[in-house]
Amino acid sequence: MGLTYQSTGQSTTREIFNALADHCDYAIALAGNPNTGKSTVFNALTGLRQHTGNWPGKTVQRAEGSYIYKSHRFRLIDLPGTYSLLSNSADEEVARDFICFARPDATIVVVDATCLERNLNLALQVMEITGRVVICVNLIDEARRKKIRIDIDKLGKRLGVPVVATAARSGEGMPRLKELVSDVASKRVQTKLQPVRYSQEVENAIARLEPRVQAIVGNSINSRWLTLRLLDGDTRLVHTMENYLNTGETVSVMPVVQEGLV
Amino acid sequence: MSATTTLNRLSNGSFALVKEVMAEGLTRRRLLDLGLVPGTKVEVIRRSPAGDPIAFNIRGAVIALRRDVAGQVLVSPWK
Ligand SMILES: Nc1nc2c(ncn2[C@@H]2O[C@H](COP(=O)(O)OP(=O)(O)O)[C@@H](O)[C@H]2O)c(=O)[nH]1
Ligand SMILES: [Mg+2]
Repeated sequence: MGLTYQSTGQSTTREIFNALADHCDYAIALAGNPNTGKSTVFNALTGLRQHTGNWPGKTVQRAEGSYIYKSHRFRLIDLPGTYSLLSNSADEEVARDFICFARPDATIVVVDATCLERNLNLALQVMEITGRVVICVNLIDEARRKKIRIDIDKLGKRLGVPVVATAARSGEGMPRLKELVSDVASKRVQTKLQPVRYSQEVENAIARLEPRVQAIVGNSINSRWLTLRLLDGDTRLVHTMENYLNTGETVSVMPVVQEGLV
Repeated sequence: MSATTTLNRLSNGSFALVKEVMAEGLTRRRLLDLGLVPGTKVEVIRRSPAGDPIAFNIRGAVIALRRDVAGQVLVSPWK
């Protein structure tokens, strides 16, 4: 008898990623475009309590560290810097799989204050998978220098998740970032996710397919997001699911998809 | 009404607005993720000596695209 994902999935998957290699209360992922100051944020949060290696089975660099905030230990997992979670490069797969299958208690998305528009693509992609997100608008000192003003409150309201402006190199905004991450991870603050709406044709296809996807994967994965990927024809993701979910159930997703596509 | 062409046919230093990404599948996804959605203004920065790839300024980042990939982005020259 195989273990089912429903009963053991989350902890099994986290072990695969070694996210809980030593004791901690919350697992926090750090995502962002390349060069947004992700490593600087990581260092500012974790100080010297970190170690590096590779992701299991990949040549993609991995850094992990931890910090303590209000007597809780937060484990921070630095994901590869990417513009997207959907183009299937090794980096993007690692980032997507971690957010999707290891299901961190919160994900910090570091965005560049000097080119916010470009960076929000990744933020929205993460927010399609999980609402447990904190947006860290980094390089705010650079933005000020370039006379770019960002309405942080409005951005937070529009996105439905907490937003903080930071200058990680000087430490500006770091205490607030820790506070917001703690709020989201502990569910003290409920995020209000506004899902991206697609064309009527796509929404109709989702409405038809999602209940059947949900019946198979339960609440282990965001079923709307998975439905979108299946409609996208992302068969690689289905194979990845089989690895992580450790159950025969996912195999039966494919016939559902093929049916949904006709 | 300005004429429609593709990104690879623009000369260095010129600007264009994206009309449509004609690529399919992962190439399409990649181009959209780079910010090449309809309405985006793109600048041609320079070409490598062989003319391939071509460097573009897309929403504040310099991105090099292979000529055949750039050829799948429909644009209208700007000004
Ligand atoms: N001015 C300024 N520079 C920063 C800030 N955060 C990071 N940097 C610098 O930006 C560069 C890239 O940072 P890094 O953390 O390596 O980016 P990553 O690629 O996202 O990991 C480095 O030179 C950092 O010192 C910031 O808030 N303000
Ligand atoms: Mg880095």
